[in-house]
Amino acid sequence: MNNILAIAQKELRSYFASPIGYVVIGMFAFLFGYFYYTILSLFVQQSMQVSQFDFRGPTALNINQHVIRPMLNNSMLFTLFVLPMVTMRTYSEEKRSGTMELLLTSPLSDIQIVMGKFLGAMGLYVMMLAVTLLDIGLLFIYGNPEWPQVLVGYLGLLLLGGCFISVGLLISSTTKNQVVSGIVTFTVFLILWVITWLGDNASPLTQMILSYLSITEHFEDFSRGVLDTKHVVYYLSFTVFGLFLTLKSVDRERWKG
Amino acid sequence: MIEVRHLSKKYGTVTAVDDISFRVAHGEILGFLGPNGAGKTTTMRILTGYIPPTEGEVIVAGFNVFDNPIEAKRRTGYLPETPPLYPEMTVREFLTFVAQINNIARADRRRRVITAMERTWVTDMADRHCATLSKGYRQRVGLAQAILHNPEVLILDEPTAGLDPKQIIETRELIKELAGDHTIILSTHILPEVSQTCQRVVIISRGHVVAENTPENLTALGQDVTTVRLRFDTQDMTAPATLASIPGVLRVTTIEQSNSVTTLDVETEHDHDLRRDLARTIVANGWGLLELRSMQISLEDVFLHLTTEEQDEGSTILDESSPPEQLNHKNDAAELDNE
Repeated sequence: MNNILAIAQKELRSYFASPIGYVVIGMFAFLFGYFYYTILSLFVQQSMQVSQFDFRGPTALNINQHVIRPMLNNSMLFTLFVLPMVTMRTYSEEKRSGTMELLLTSPLSDIQIVMGKFLGAMGLYVMMLAVTLLDIGLLFIYGNPEWPQVLVGYLGLLLLGGCFISVGLLISSTTKNQVVSGIVTFTVFLILWVITWLGDNASPLTQMILSYLSITEHFEDFSRGVLDTKHVVYYLSFTVFGLFLTLKSVDRERWKG
Repeated sequence: MIEVRHLSKKYGTVTAVDDISFRVAHGEILGFLGPNGAGKTTTMRILTGYIPPTEGEVIVAGFNVFDNPIEAKRRTGYLPETPPLYPEMTVREFLTFVAQINNIARADRRRRVITAMERTWVTDMADRHCATLSKGYRQRVGLAQAILHNPEVLILDEPTAGLDPKQIIETRELIKELAGDHTIILSTHILPEVSQTCQRVVIISRGHVVAENTPENLTALGQDVTTVRLRFDTQDMTAPATLASIPGVLRVTTIEQSNSVTTLDVETEHDHDLRRDLARTIVANGWGLLELRSMQISLEDVFLHLTTEEQDEGSTILDESSPPEQLNHKNDAAELDNE
């Protein structure tokens, strides 16, 4: 466990030693803030209009339904763009600079290295999400949203991020080139998002399978504030499988020499 | 302490290491010598568990590197060809990280890091980022990283590469100093380094062990004749003939013969020191002796001889004391190469 934490700590430190950590957090906060502002403005405007027609006051529209839910769905999209930048260097950089040789000849198991890197990337992701809580917090000051939906939504984002990060690690472990790693990761994320489109003209069974595979479909319930074990199990098993493949990939690279 | 048995490594169809076996005793420094591409780095990577071998096994400090990698790695310090530094960390941070992943107790870390930095003379760079270090410093931080956890076995891939002459001498001293309680394998293609630091040398070429012996024996066995270089002044043109007539002299080669100075190479049988007789003859004839020195065949000659010419020679200069199975194995290797 100490070894895992040592690696996670090293990963986090290297994010912030290069501009990557700041850029990623900044980008995520900016995107979130921009969407938050436009959605909230629209919401306020609509609430005003609604309140002019019936006299139930400005809370006639549900803030959870009209602000928090779209924000959660948007965050899911932001992670799609931002997380490839987090995971692209994890293995590629170590392979290129030769530090992989240090890790693999130290008394560490491959699992410890993979887990350390996973936790490091998750740590950065948690920081990204934490910054956006400031925006959501404002809603609690000036309105009265229901907190369970926020909680479940953020849990969903964490689980979803875990899946993306495990895929990113896998792709990074196959190449020495960060840029290749980043581009491939982004493409794969995008496909995982739009995979359901394939099923538009397909049989109901194929549609069902595809929508089950789509990482983003499973987020629907989370953004509505519904905590369903089915989705939690899906995300967790997806992540574990991704990490397992990363482990295998690292082992394979070793045999290749 | 280190035992390598019938190690082979193939990359696809390319054989990088072909059936290498050797042992290193506790506290010994073994030099691993070979031209570029001979398989030195591959062998070292296998010894440290970085890559698995295609065949064969390696026992380090009593643990099989592949069945029990964690235990073996815990007892091994490794300096790879390129020092594995994280550019964004300072030297101190980097070494602390290495201490962490080597399970050094928190209370001990600071002290170990400081000791390692002092031993490799990088203390003055402790708070510099690794990215800004010069090649020599990188190399030494790499060395600090290898000795940090005080491992029983040290595997150093070209430890003096990129160092300036003073640092090279210091590093050699450090390696010799470490040898007492560490077992060391170091690879190099710099020959003087081997004769100065190593107690035993394994020469490999194209993936085979072509020789294994002490540097002294290797040099001695490589020469059948001893050559003495003579310089004296005389007008006597028959001087070479006079010297050739001394019993035991095989051949006299004239290097230079001008009107005053004569330079000759006198070859005598190996182990038959004729320097006294030569000097006596010269003085008796009234010639002015300017120089008399024994020409040593250097390790370079042996090395070139072994790695460029037919590999058969490898078996003739084997260490007499090496176990019979090892002898057989090396003959096999030599035969294979002739095919």
